[in-house]
Amino acid sequence: MRLTTITLAATLTVAGVATAGTVAPGDVAFDEYGAVEMSLSGAAGDAVNGEKIMVTKSKGNCVACHAVSKLSYAPFHGEVGPQLDWAGDTWSQAELRGILANAKKTFEGSVMPAFYKVDGFVRPGKGYTGKAADGPLDPLLSAQDIEDVIAFLMTLKEE
Amino acid sequence: MKIKALTAIAAVLLSAPAFVAADEDAELIVNGEIEMVTKTAAAPHLEGALDEVLSGWLFRADETQSLQADDFDNPGMIFVDQGMDDWGTVDGSEGKSCASCHGDVEDSMAGIRAEYPKWNDTAGEVRTMAQMINECRVDRMGAEAHGYTSAKMARMEALISVQSRGMPVNVAIDGPAADMWAQGKEMFYSRTGQLELSCASCHEENYGNRIRSDHLSQGHINGFPVYRLKNAKLTTPHGRFKGCVRDTRAQTYSPGSDDFVALELYVASRGNGLSVEGVSVRN
Ligand code: HEC
Ligand code: HEC
Repeated sequence: MRLTTITLAATLTVAGVATAGTVAPGDVAFDEYGAVEMSLSGAAGDAVNGEKIMVTKSKGNCVACHAVSKLSYAPFHGEVGPQLDWAGDTWSQAELRGILANAKKTFEGSVMPAFYKVDGFVRPGKGYTGKAADGPLDPLLSAQDIEDVIAFLMTLKEE
Repeated sequence: MKIKALTAIAAVLLSAPAFVAADEDAELIVNGEIEMVTKTAAAPHLEGALDEVLSGWLFRADETQSLQADDFDNPGMIFVDQGMDDWGTVDGSEGKSCASCHGDVEDSMAGIRAEYPKWNDTAGEVRTMAQMINECRVDRMGAEAHGYTSAKMARMEALISVQSRGMPVNVAIDGPAADMWAQGKEMFYSRTGQLELSCASCHEENYGNRIRSDHLSQGHINGFPVYRLKNAKLTTPHGRFKGCVRDTRAQTYSPGSDDFVALELYVASRGNGLSVEGVSVRN
């Protein structure tokens, strides 16, 4: 958690963006359809970084489950989730934020992991070590990472 | 589910032509004589979960599939030979080998792999084949137990599995084994780790789909131990389970633990009706 906050703070300072502050994972306000209106980081997203997060295995690794034509340079897209080529037409920013933060609030029983959730897990591990977690968990993506991914998803539209 | 899968497949064909679709109708005949059942009606206890059970072999690429069709091509058979050497080798304080008590492995071990894990009356619990191997080593040979997922254990399991190749998996789930089976079933459907995925998330809801570069199978263990091209070693059932649980960002269970024995019993029973294929070949 500490690390994430520091990196985040650094990013924000460098970008010179004033921020209303980060919403903690436990404080995310989902509406009844699972959407989240307010930016999680208080700052705008960076689509270029969002694209990187989607193809990076240790970050979002979204292509493990979703095919995205625009990202075809990254090998091996999955078929577990729907193709995301038109995500920016299909969904609003608030809906995408909700799906990223905790997809189960939008799609009941979904296999899509919640990227901004830190508790309520069964046998939580220490990353991919197979050992028990030895402290509070970080969310899979930081608040700003999620805003960045949303910014990228919003570019996925039919021309 | 169907529609989603179709759209996704179309998308993948467009975007990543490197994928070679595995042939799900392929037939497996080993050495031109052992006809394997790689696809059959699911056992009654899978009603509502699966209609048909499919061997993991069907989900592998053509080249990997063909390695399993002939023992000369199957790199896992080397370990069977090593297991055969161990079978006749005296070890431990009692001056015995496996052969001292069991004689010819082809006769004494035929059909064994097909029925394990199995309720053991004397022990009063469900036992895996690995546990039985260690029971013989420790209690009857006075030798050291093999590590549960060690190379020596895996090759002994490989030797014993080969004696049942082509026989249908036939794991009993009733009687005294019923409680442990129920526990294993519960585990199969429990979502673990920070990714909140269960065995069923991948191997029941998504078999046939790609997850990154992998083609998800139904997760049966009729082909175990499997030889993995990736690390040129044999993998045992508990070794595989451990890897899959770890991949949900969870704390895994220990190989040989009651939890994994229960899970093995349940997973093995899902494959009832498929042929014993071990040693099979995987990527
Ligand atoms: C383990 C698989 C998995 C991973 C990883 C995953 N998703 Fe998903 N996602 C799904 C599934 C399955 C659905 C469909 C909803 C359902 O039916 O559960 C979905 C739905 C979606 C949707 C709605 C699409 C639609 O048209 O309905 C979006 C947008 C989305 N995911 C984005 C992402 C992003 C961005 C990431 C990475 C940060 C990601 N997903 C990671 C499995 C996954
Ligand atoms: C995140 C997805 C995922 C989850 C969750 C998962 N697995 Fe797997 N599993 C895989 C992948 C990928 C493979 C390799 C491809 C294949 O054989 O399906 C695999 C392979 C296997 C195999 C080997 C099958 C063969 O024929 O070689 C078994 C057995 C197995 N899994 C059992 C389980 C069990 C039991 C659980 C739950 C404790 C589980 N898996 C959870 C992804 C998963």
